[in-house]
Amino acid sequence: MNLYRNLTIKQKQIVWAWTFLAVPVVFYSVIRFYPTATAILISFQDWNLLGARTWAGFDNYIKLWNDPVFWKVFRNTFAYLLIGTPVSLVLSFVIAYHLDKVRFLHGFMRMMYFLPFMTSAVAMAWVWRWFYQAVPIGLFNNILASFGIAQIEFLNSTTNALPAVLAPAVWAGLGFQVIIFMAGIRAIPTSYYEAARIDGVGWWVVLTQITLPLLRPTIVFIVVFSSIGFLRIFDHVFNMTTNNPGGPLNATKPLVLMIYDTAFNSFNMGYAAAQTVVLFTILMIVSLIQLRLLRSN
Amino acid sequence: MAKQSKPATRNMGQILRWLALFGGGVLMVMPIAYMISTSLKWPHEVYNVNLIPVEPTLDNYLYVLEDGRFYMWFINSGIIAIVTTISNLLFDSLVGYTLCKFKFPGRTIVFIAILSTLMIPTEMLVIPWYLMSQSFGWLDSYWGIMFPGLMTGFGTFLMKQFFETVPDDFIEAARIDGLNELQIWWTVAMPLVKPALAALAIFVFLGNWTAFLWPLIVTNSTEMYTIPVGLSGFGDEADVAWELIMTGAAISTIPTLIVFLIFQRFIIRGVVMAGLKG
Repeated sequence: MNLYRNLTIKQKQIVWAWTFLAVPVVFYSVIRFYPTATAILISFQDWNLLGARTWAGFDNYIKLWNDPVFWKVFRNTFAYLLIGTPVSLVLSFVIAYHLDKVRFLHGFMRMMYFLPFMTSAVAMAWVWRWFYQAVPIGLFNNILASFGIAQIEFLNSTTNALPAVLAPAVWAGLGFQVIIFMAGIRAIPTSYYEAARIDGVGWWVVLTQITLPLLRPTIVFIVVFSSIGFLRIFDHVFNMTTNNPGGPLNATKPLVLMIYDTAFNSFNMGYAAAQTVVLFTILMIVSLIQLRLLRSN
Repeated sequence: MAKQSKPATRNMGQILRWLALFGGGVLMVMPIAYMISTSLKWPHEVYNVNLIPVEPTLDNYLYVLEDGRFYMWFINSGIIAIVTTISNLLFDSLVGYTLCKFKFPGRTIVFIAILSTLMIPTEMLVIPWYLMSQSFGWLDSYWGIMFPGLMTGFGTFLMKQFFETVPDDFIEAARIDGLNELQIWWTVAMPLVKPALAALAIFVFLGNWTAFLWPLIVTNSTEMYTIPVGLSGFGDEADVAWELIMTGAAISTIPTLIVFLIFQRFIIRGVVMAGLKG
């Protein structure tokens, strides 16, 4: 205590700061950084969890490059991203744009759109899985049947399964994006709109010249946020196709599901670690490209 | 926004817009409505597309809860979500506060290091975490499920942003009054960022309540499952009927829906805050 009392105010600050940071610094080192390094290290090793860890060099990466399942999974993962992100971006903007102009029961309407965001992906995957079942079980096919329309194979078809799995993921995230868009729209100063009204400018010009350009930061946030989400899709896919994880002929299998299978069903740790490094690289590249594209010009 | 001078009802376009949005909203809640409605139906009525059960029953709930497993999973998820939420509130705000209000060598490095954890996907860490849990005997335990989520870079960043809004003068005044740094953080700074703490609490709680991948990996006995992991396996039991799966899904979702309905405005404001700041 005497030692502490003799310190200058500045030195006392340093002592306090590092006291406060001690536990968190240890936590981040042990639970985040060390495992990151370990994952990269394991990706260069061959290991089935029981035997010895042997050095494999780039073998896992070469194996991945030559693995047709990986390329199928790679295409699926980007299909989730390239369909999911634009669809949810456009839908959420259109909803937010109009919802912002509605006064009657505004709070109630907003609640209806936001509610799915509060649900658990696993629970909802099972609800949607039930919707997609064949007659007489599934809701969608029952509705189609009542109109005399032939039933649709949703989850058991190689072409329909991926969109069918993606739909609940888009549905669940939509409310969040609507709320963020509405906040962005509210933040635009009304003086811009008043000036436009005085000039007698049409709504389309207002939308494309004022609203959208001023929403750029919001759009950047939503695009980055939702594409990271779609690249990491797992819960929905896993639970909608548990009897056959990844759907028919891997039609719905995303990268995270492949990682899970390789590591915890086949216990091929090195190979799975290489896949996680690839996922990390993809996430990094995609977010950097998006930030650059959307922030410039 | 200024209120419109004309009542909305006189405006045809406005009515159409309202109806379209209302229809969309109804579609959005439909899956949740069907989940709840089916959980209240008798087995023979499940395949009826009517939303309203003819003879509503709580039998499915009694059946699922009598089974006992859902109680355990519910309690497991609750304990894990509560502990991680408290831990995040304390540590994220303490670190955010320190990085914001203290000048000390190494500050920038610590900040950048914590920020950089946002770039590392959980999926990359699950294999090392599994190996760690295995060698430390953390597999299949509460600690094993929750240790990765005790602090988050996102929370730290969010709290740091909000501590920027606390004037340094307040902190100086407290120092002159003789409070030590821990007291200043807890009694002066923390009360001033309550809205941010509420937003963070909602995010962490919801995130841990619905977390799936890591609990799926780290647990292997039925007693340690969290609600999403338990539900996932429960649905796979070949003889389980859809009305029971919907009941299980409802049990896992209804608590968050109730919390949402009570704190609706608060949660939406929190989402906006976290979204725009994060």
